[in-house]
Order: sequence, then structure tokens, then C-alpha cells
Amino acid sequence: MSLDLLTYLFIGGSFALYIGIAIWARAGSTKEFYVAGGGVPPIANGMATAADWMSAASFISLAGIVSFIGRDGTAYLMGWTGGYVLLAMLLAPYLRKFGKFTVPDFVGDRYYSNTARTIAVICTIVISFTYVAGQMRGVGIVFSRYLHVDINTGVIIGMAIVFFYAVLGGMKGITYTQVAQYVVLILAFMVPAIFLSMQVTGHFLPQTGLGATLENGKSVLTTLNELSVELGFAEYTAGKKTTIDIFFLTAALMCGTAGLPHVIVRFFTVPRVKDARLSAGWALIFIAILYTTVPAVAGFGRVNLIQTINGQDKAGVAYAEMPSWFKNWENAGLIAWNDKNGDGKVHYSAGDAFKGKPAFGDGRVDGNADMQRITTNPSDGVNEVYVDRDIMVLANPEIAQLPNWVIALVAAGAVAAALSTAAGLLLVISTSISHDLMKKTLNPNITDKQELMYARLAAIVAILIAGYFGINPPGFVAQVVALAFGLAASSVFPVIIMGIFSTRMNTQGAVSGMLVGLVSTMSYIIYFKFMGGSADQLILGISPEGFGTVGMILNFIVAYVVSSMTPPPPEEIQHIVEDIRIPRGAGAAHAH
Amino acid sequence: MSSNSSAQAYWKENLRIIMTYLAIWFVVSYGCGILFVDALDQIQFFGFPLGFWFAQQGSIYVFLGLIWAYVFSMNKLDEKYDVHE
Repeated sequence: MSLDLLTYLFIGGSFALYIGIAIWARAGSTKEFYVAGGGVPPIANGMATAADWMSAASFISLAGIVSFIGRDGTAYLMGWTGGYVLLAMLLAPYLRKFGKFTVPDFVGDRYYSNTARTIAVICTIVISFTYVAGQMRGVGIVFSRYLHVDINTGVIIGMAIVFFYAVLGGMKGITYTQVAQYVVLILAFMVPAIFLSMQVTGHFLPQTGLGATLENGKSVLTTLNELSVELGFAEYTAGKKTTIDIFFLTAALMCGTAGLPHVIVRFFTVPRVKDARLSAGWALIFIAILYTTVPAVAGFGRVNLIQTINGQDKAGVAYAEMPSWFKNWENAGLIAWNDKNGDGKVHYSAGDAFKGKPAFGDGRVDGNADMQRITTNPSDGVNEVYVDRDIMVLANPEIAQLPNWVIALVAAGAVAAALSTAAGLLLVISTSISHDLMKKTLNPNITDKQELMYARLAAIVAILIAGYFGINPPGFVAQVVALAFGLAASSVFPVIIMGIFSTRMNTQGAVSGMLVGLVSTMSYIIYFKFMGGSADQLILGISPEGFGTVGMILNFIVAYVVSSMTPPPPEEIQHIVEDIRIPRGAGAAHAH
Repeated sequence: MSSNSSAQAYWKENLRIIMTYLAIWFVVSYGCGILFVDALDQIQFFGFPLGFWFAQQGSIYVFLGLIWAYVFSMNKLDEKYDVHE
């Protein structure tokens, strides 16, 4: 069967499955819409959390990032897994015992304040929209590459699917669709990784394959280090960023992970407190399968890439002899070659090959269909080849010459990763609006049926806005992701921790802490990301992505100082805190 | 909850367990994976420099172990203080 037909079959089949689940899991009440009725088994919740968590970025981009920055990629690998330890021990069980529907619910009730609730709602909405824009774009890109439709058409198809199961099924529909999406995405990631590991090292497990010895008698990593140094890169297993920068970045990603509303809300869906702990354990198992494979895919991919482009004699390979994937991805604009030294051979080395992203001219060199595409902005450096990081996962099956069904599976997996995360985020946005704003703040008298209708309306509006951002992506998507983690780490995470672990923390402390954390982190990120702050102005060399850690520390300090100068919270609040620390009597999640 | 003092004892023990596990969490991820990574890289471990292995593989396995250890410790603690569901 042709690749196109197989891809249609895989993606179409997976969509039919998601829609079938959505019809089966329709939500009839707000409780079902917000927290799936509170009856999700921990292992299913673990899978749904993993799919919710692993976005298009984890699936498509992470291996590419690690592949190109080597050991510094550690911050992402540890940051995006280590946060689950914090979730399991510091947040999930107590929030489950508290037993409401949302993060602003907890903040508003615990701090007996609608100001605190409103700040939490704003953080939740900003964080979630930031995230969701990138997901819709990811769906569009995968559709355009594999199904040869326009990126915008791809975004609209993605919107239609999410619309169907998020609006109809709410959390219940999303949860069981995410279980199916997890299975699709993990197969799509692991099958090519195992093939690749077998080919390169003979090891079945990519995790041990990365330590294997190659035919040249050296280990994969030693080979990679030598290749890197020969081409002018730093050693693969050596760090380039400063230790303090990596430290703060890792901490910001870990605490940010633990403070992301769409992750936290998953722990409201299980029946008991012990199930909340258990789901964190299952979630990390399902996430770790992908995250421990990523470094292997990154390593093998890089060896394969360098050896294919530069050839066995390391002198470069003539364009005509390049494998077809090189030309396919060149046509997609993710690879570009400019024959700077005029020797007719493609050669890859350190440094930027082009000034910024490659700019393509009309047609091909010499008007010859067998030549490379014309590029108009070569840099002065010697490197001739631009390689987009994202192709590490997307092109790996082609680089390793795997069968067509594997390539089709990767396409379905990338779509599953993007859709599952988008749906989780959209639900959080709609819940914030219908529950935290409408029901809890503006109009407490609406009935359950009305609230459910508002939730569905809000989901529709959120999907339309997300789709708009997918079709007209703001140029700063990559920058604002730093903002999402920074906000979560510096505002949501500390305020919840203090609400659980301190009976003394009061409204004044929590609100001033959140504001200081928010404002300091946002100012730092906006100054360095949007107002052209230069690298030598960085405080202690901490990059904007890692500043959430500083904002979090400031939040804790300010909250402590302010609360110790103001009266303690009322007695019934202190009883609530004592009550959430004890598992018994969790019951189902309730609204009042 | 049976009485206030037993609830406090339960919470104290919970905090002790959390502190112990988070100390391990910190040493493995921030210690072995970031602060002392260059020193550990001098040691070879199944074809990996040890620091690099901790940073990109080992720390994640330890995170998993910690969550599951916490799940079992807390289930036992809940029974001991009779606060399980």
C-alpha cells in the first residue's frame, strides 16, 4: 500500500476511535463534565495524564532539542519528569481530599478571598492559552507534511475533532479518549526507536542501546563526542550552559510542571486520596517510557544524520547521492543546503549555515530538477547544511529506511500527542470560565444545567480562539512557553503548597506572594524576550526560562513575611487545612 | 480521625517521609545530574559517563522509584493511624 493511503488509514482510524469513545462517554452533569464523575481508575488516569502532559513538543521536538544541545537537554528531561515527584507528595493527595473541581476553587476557598480566586483564574487562562496555541499549530504541521493538505486545513480538521469530544464529553470524554491517544502515541514513538536501536546497536531497548559499543569498537557516546569535536561542535556529553543556569531552569520546569492547572485537575478525577498518589505513579511510568527513550533517539539520530550527510570518508556526499529523505525534507523547508565551497558535496559542520532560517529562492540551482533548492541568505561560516531540530523524530523512520506503516504510525502519533494536550487545556479554560467566573464569582444562582451549558459554550469559544492562534500563530509562541512554566512555578505552585503545609498562611500573605512572584517573573521574561535585554544583563546568568524559580522563592519569602505581620486565617479555614491532610472521608468531588 | 493528637502524629510522620524522599530526589537530580555531573563523568557505567547517565536516564528511574515508595509508605501509614478510606 502506498504511504499516503496508509497515513489516511492510520489517522482516519484513530479519529474514528476517538469519536466513538466521545459518543460512549457523553457528560450529563457538571460533575461528569469537570472531573469525569470522579470515578476514573488510577491506571486509566495515569495514562490520560501522560497523554495530557506529553504534547506535540514532547513527541516531535524534545528528541531534536536533546540531539542538538547534548547534555544541556537534561534540564528538560529531568524538569518534565521530576515535577511528578512533587505532585505525588506535595499536591495531588491533598487537593483530591479537598475535593473541588479546579485550582482556583482551592485557592479561593482556602484563602477565603475572591481576589485570590481571580488571580488564580487569570494565571490558569494565560498558562492554558499559551500552551494550546502551539498544539493546534502542531496538528496543522503534521497534516500538511503527511496528508499534503494546507496547514490551515489541518488546523480546522483538528479543531473539529477536539470540538466533538471536548464539548460533548467534557472531562469524561477527554479522559477516555486520552487513554486511546496514549496508546497510539507511545506505539508511534517506541516502534521506530526500537527499530533504530536494533539497527545501530543490536540492542532491543533503546535505553541500553545508547551505552552500546559500535562496530568501530567505541561506545555510541564516545563516537558521538569524536564526531562532534571533528566538526567543530562541543563534546556531546559536555555541558555548555553554566551550572547555575541549568539548576534554575530545571527547578522552574519541575515546579512549573507541578503547578500546571491541566495536570493538577487530572488528580480530581479519581475516587480516593490513595488513588491520587497511585495515579501519579502510573502517570510517571507511562511518561518515563517516552522520556528515557528520547536521549537514545537523540543520540542515534545524530550519529545517523552526521554519517549520512558527511559520508564514511567524512568529506561530504554529492547531492545526487543523497537519500530521498534529504530531498523530501528539503522540499518541506526543514533542510537546506548551500554549496559554499563549490565542491558539489554536501558537508555539515558547526555554526549557522544561514543567516537565521534559510530563505528559499525560486526553483533549483541551474534550473536543474536534480539539483538543490536555491537559497538566498548563506552565512559567512563554513557549515553548508541547515537541519531543523524537529526532523529528528519525524524523519527518523525514513533515515533508518523503516517500512511505510511505521511512517504512517508516527504521523498518527504526532496528531494524538497534539490533540490530547489541546483537549485537556481547552477543558481547563472552559471550566475556569463557567465554574470559577460564572458560578463562583459572577452569578452563584445558576443551576447545574445552566452551568453545564456555559461550560460547553466556553469550550466552543476556547476552541475557536485556539484555532485562530493555530492559523495565525503569533511569532512569539516559542518565547511564551517560558512564560507558561514561569507563571505556574512562581504563582500557582507556591500558593497551593503554602495552603496545604501552613495553617497560618492567610489571604494577605497569599495574594501579595502571588503578585510578587507573577510580576517579577513576567517582567524578567518580557524584558529579555521582547524588549531586547542583552545576555550580560542577566541576573547571575539565569536565562528567562529559569527565572520562575527566583519568582517562586520571592513568592515564598514575601508571603511568609506579610502573613506573619497580619492576623491568622479564621478558625474554620485552619480546620479545612487540618482536614485535607487526613485521607479518610474524601468522598466524591463535590460542588458546594 | 480518631483524635487530634493522633492526626498530628500522622501528619508529622508523613512530613518525615516526604523530607526523606525529597532529599533523595534532590541529591540524585540536582546533585548527580547537575552539580557533580563533571566529577561523576570520570566514571564509566555501561558505556555511559556516569554523570551523563544520571542526568538523562538514572534520575528518571529514581523519580519513579520514589513515587512508588511513597505510595506504599503512605498506604501503610494510613492503616497504622486508621485514616485509610
